[in-house]
Formats: sequence, C-alpha cells, structure tokens
Amino acid sequence: MSADMPAAPSAGPQRLVILDQSIKVLYQSILVLSLYFLFAGHNLPGGGFVGGLTAGAAVSLRYVSGGAAAVRTTFRVPSHVILGLGLGVAAGTAFLPIALGGAVLEHGEYETNLPVFGDVKFVSALAFDVGVYLVVVGLVLMAFAAFGDDLGQLAQSDEPGDGAGADQPDAGRDDRSSPA
Amino acid sequence: MSGALATLAMALPTADDVVAPGSGSFDVLIPLPVIVPLVAAALSIVAAGHRPTQRVIGLGALLTVVVGNIVLLARVDDAPDGIAASQGGGWKAPLGISLVVDRFAAIMLVVSSLMLISVLVYAIGQQAEERRFAAFHPVYLVLAAGVSASFVTGDLFNLFVAFEMMLVASYVLLTLGGRAGQVRSGMSYVVISLIASTFFITALALIYSATGTVNMAELSERIPELPSGVRTGFSLLLIVVFGIKAGLFPLFFWLPDSYPTAPNAVTAIFAGLLTKVGVYAIIRTQLLLFPDDARQGTLLLIIAGLTMVTGVLGALANDDLQRILSFHIISHIGYMIFGLALFTLAGIAGAIFYVVHHIIVKTALFLVAGLIERKAGSDRLSRIGGMVRSAPMIAVLFAFPALSIAGLPPFSGFVAKFALVDAGVLVEQWPIVAVSLVVSLLTMYVMGRIWSNVFWGTCEDEAVAERLAPGRTSVPLLMTGATVAVVVASLAMMVFAGPMYDLAERAAADLLVPQIYVRHVLGASS
Repeated sequence: MSADMPAAPSAGPQRLVILDQSIKVLYQSILVLSLYFLFAGHNLPGGGFVGGLTAGAAVSLRYVSGGAAAVRTTFRVPSHVILGLGLGVAAGTAFLPIALGGAVLEHGEYETNLPVFGDVKFVSALAFDVGVYLVVVGLVLMAFAAFGDDLGQLAQSDEPGDGAGADQPDAGRDDRSSPA
Repeated sequence: MSGALATLAMALPTADDVVAPGSGSFDVLIPLPVIVPLVAAALSIVAAGHRPTQRVIGLGALLTVVVGNIVLLARVDDAPDGIAASQGGGWKAPLGISLVVDRFAAIMLVVSSLMLISVLVYAIGQQAEERRFAAFHPVYLVLAAGVSASFVTGDLFNLFVAFEMMLVASYVLLTLGGRAGQVRSGMSYVVISLIASTFFITALALIYSATGTVNMAELSERIPELPSGVRTGFSLLLIVVFGIKAGLFPLFFWLPDSYPTAPNAVTAIFAGLLTKVGVYAIIRTQLLLFPDDARQGTLLLIIAGLTMVTGVLGALANDDLQRILSFHIISHIGYMIFGLALFTLAGIAGAIFYVVHHIIVKTALFLVAGLIERKAGSDRLSRIGGMVRSAPMIAVLFAFPALSIAGLPPFSGFVAKFALVDAGVLVEQWPIVAVSLVVSLLTMYVMGRIWSNVFWGTCEDEAVAERLAPGRTSVPLLMTGATVAVVVASLAMMVFAGPMYDLAERAAADLLVPQIYVRHVLGASS
C-alpha cells in the first residue's frame, strides 16, 4: 500500500484515513462485543478466554493502523500489571470460597432484576472469567510490545541516509503512529 | 499460563443440574501448595519493577507452603487410612476437581517445597539471573505451583495441566539470559517436551474413549475391565510419556544437553525436582491404575538397569561438572525404577526413600557445583584443582552429599541403596542387584574423580589459580547458607533414617492397596 510512496523515517505521519476511521469505530465495538462474550460465557458460547481473545483482536486492529507504539499506548496501566491482576483475580477466586467455608473454586449464584437488563443471574465464577480475560489481554499486549516492532524499520532508522523504503513495503507503518 | 488457566476454567463443571454441590468436610491445606504460589506469582508480576518486594512475596509464599505441607504430612500420616481427599468446586468426585494427598504425595510435597525455598534463597544470594530479570520470581512460583499440582491432583487430565504449568515455566527459566547455547538447548528441550505432551494428550484421549473418565480413582476401577492388550498398551504409553520427563533409557538424551546450560540455581531445582515428578507419575499411575497383569515389571527392570549403566558411563566420560552431575541424575533414576519394578512392599518403600534422598542430595550437589563455579570461575575438572586448601568450606559441603550419593555408610544414600538391594535379593532378581552394585561402585569412582580433580592436587590453570588465591573471590553468604541448609537436610535424613524409612514403608503399603484411594476419592463427598 505504501510501495509507491517514499517511506523514509524522516517523512511525516502517513495515515490511511479510511483504515483509521473505520478502526476507530470497530475498536470500540469489538471491545463491547468482547465484554458481551465475557458476561455471556456462563451459559452461552463465550467466557473469559474467548472474550480476552476478542479484545486481543481489537488491539491487533490498533496495531494494523498504528504499529507497536499504538499498542503500547492502548491502556495507561502497564501490560504486566494487567496480566498480574488477572492471574491474581483468577487465583483469588479459588481462595475466597475457602475463606467463606466452602470448597476450593466453589461458586455461588445471585439472581436479581435490573432496570434495563431484566432478569440477570450473577455467578461468582464470573470473577474467575474476568481474571482469565485480563490475563489474555495482558498477554496479547505484551506479545505485541515484545514482537511488534518492525526490525527492518529499526535497522533502517539507524542509518537515516539510506531510508529508501522500496524493499520494505510496510516500512512506513511504525512511524505513522509515532506522533499519536 | 493462560492456557493452564483456561483449561482449569474448562475443568469447572458448569451445568447446574448434574450433581448437587457436595458439602463434606474439607481440608484447606490440600489446595494450598498450588494456590498460594499462583497468587504470589500474580502479585510478583504486578511488582515486576521492584525486586525486594518480589523477594518478600516469593519467600513468604514458599515459606507458607513449607509450613502448610509439613502440617499436612503430619495430619495425613495420623489419619486412619493415611489419605485425605477433597473435591475442588464442591462437586462430587468424577466431576469435581479431585485433589488427593496420601502419604507418598505428602512426603513429596514437603521435600519439594523445602528444596524450592532453599534454591530461591540461593538464587537471591547469587545476584545473577534473579536480579537481572523481572520474570524470574513469577515464573519460579508458577513452577512451584506446577510441581505441587502434579503431586496433589487426583485426575489424569489435571496432571497434564500441572505438567504444562511446570514446562511453560521451565522453558522460561532454562533460557533466562538468552545466550546462544541456552537458546539452542532450550529449543531441543521445548521440542522434546512438546512431543511428550502430545503423547500424553493422545494417551488421555485414548484412555477417556475406552473408559469414559479421567478421574484416577474411577480409572482404577474401570481399567481392569478393559481387554488385556488395551491395558498393556495404556500402561506402556504412560511409561513412555513419563519416561521422557523422568529421563529413562533410551529417552534421556535431552537431559544432559539442556540442564547444564541453565542458570545454576535453575539447574539445581530442575535436577532435584523435575525428573522426580516424572518418577512420581510413573509410580502413581503404575500402582493405582493398572492391575497386576498389566504392570511391566520385567520391562521396567531392564530399563532400570540400562538407565543406571548409561547414566553413570555418561558421567564418567565428561569433564564439565554440570554435565557429569546431569548424566548422574539419569543413573539414579534407574534405581528408583528398579524399586518400583519389583512391585513389592520393600521395593516400593525403597524407591520412595530413594526419591526423597535423591531430591535432597542432588540439589545439594548442584548447589555446591554452583559454589565451585562461582569461586573458581570454571566448572571444568581439568582446569580446577587444590580447592580443599583455598575453599575448605566448599570441600566439606561437597563431601557429605558426594559420599551419600555414592552410597557409603552411614549416609542416607547407603540406607536407600541397601533397602533397594535388599528388596531385590528378597525376590531373587540377581541381575539387577548385580548391576546396581556395580553402578554404585562406578558412582563412587565418579565422585572420587570430581573430588581428586577439584579439591586435591594443584591448580594448573593460571586464571583459575588467580581466582582461588586467598582473598580474591568470595562466595555470597546467602549462597553458602542455602547450600548448608540443604546439606544439613541430607544429614538429617541420615540421622532420622529409621523413622523416614518407616514412613516410606507406610506410604508404600498405601500405594499397594489402591482400593483405599478409590474409596476416599469416590466416597469423599457422599
């Protein structure tokens, strides 16, 4: 897509307007969908793992539009903290029932009628799913942060004089996001 | 990690109308050694930037686990049948997450947690990988959870999950530092582990399709109903799967290649624990799941003999300390399998005693090897010399476990080997008894060779001599302290050999009557 443009690092941000705008819409919607999967997971297809992967797909869209730098700025909380919190919540749900006098990982239910949603059943297993969700999101963020940088681009930016992007069709991807 | 969690999530029963949640008495201590390290790992990840906090979390968690395990062992040993079972999730046995601790599992839990905490102290003292990588603590704690989980699980599928937890953590620990050699041997370790895991999951699928369950207690009831060929097939398949982890002949080849490249402390814990988890799984599955006619006594005896011999020959042929000790692990796995393969009370008690002895002594030897490397700057026998004068403390610390592993009286190694040989003589298995005695002599020779090269003689290598000169290099106090603790533990095993052996015998007696296990798991929540 950028093969016909000189994509030297010194060139300004080069954004594909249609891609960026559609991702702005899609990103939020996919996140909402991932939350739906998370909550629906108890009795319907979904759950923490699937929800987390869906959120990961949303994050990957940010990567498509803005490169690794956009992924790094997705959340203010560092990705390892998200991962740690998730693991803590998941492991904590194993602990809590013991403290309440039940078996490890045992769960309880609570049904109520909410104004907009109607009859809603809460299960404490949801907390475990939230933990799994956070672990998956944290891992996806860490994977993009660790492996997402374009090595060819990094190598080129060491020698700014040679910045011809002819043999690097996607070389412009990373620096597009840098001002963002 | 997320894979393991997801599998745990799947293991949770979700249909409400299958069984009513069980309410029976529940022993809090049983899931503790798995959950505490996992929660600690989570906290440790959050505290990734601050090493002192991570250290407090790691040590605190493992200390809790040690105390919990000791209490658990005492309570299980006091219980009328020597077993405690609980059903995670509050569901009845075949559906719930069965967690079972009998005497054998409790012994393994206590020993493994003691080693885990000692090696963590050693790693902190070392100021090397532990200090440089924020990932060390969380991953080490996940490894601890995986090891404990494989001891307490009463479910073949969760054993797989526990193994995966251990493996994923060990991939990271093995390659911490990212040197070319580490990545190369880490690669072969990953490949061989993946092959083993594939076999394992295949075996699980086959067993499930034949019996309709993966709960070990239920399997123990249903496998005897299968045709004998199918039973034998399952038995062999599981031996191959766990044999790869344990390092049995001829599946050991990956071990001496990958272990020595890891950071010292990591090698110590791998050498001490991971292969023994494989041995534990072999003993557990062979005795619990398979009736007499599907047990592979003769085959296991032949494998045991070959494992002993190849291991010790490999140790003789090498010059580098870590590789010698790594080959040596294999040799000693042979002894444990020898004890199991007799399928007698004395043999299995001997094997259990041997496993405990070997975990402690082997960890001690690897920790001492780390001290030697720290002091001399090399681990090649041909370059080091005369350390008995320049580092008498290290010499003493090496001497005790070395004499013990060589089987000299009065050390625990002598008791362990004597028990095995005695058990072999009882059932007149002369060839394996002869092999084990010859291998014992060769072991003594291997240890003598290390001793005479490293501690006696003079140091001819200038760089090493320079480092060994008085006042040149000092070994951090924490490293020495942790090593002393493990060596003292091995001496304690010598002093309390009598009560320890009695305990091992009680554990073996339980293992030989799988009906007790089945009754406690399946009847626990009714």
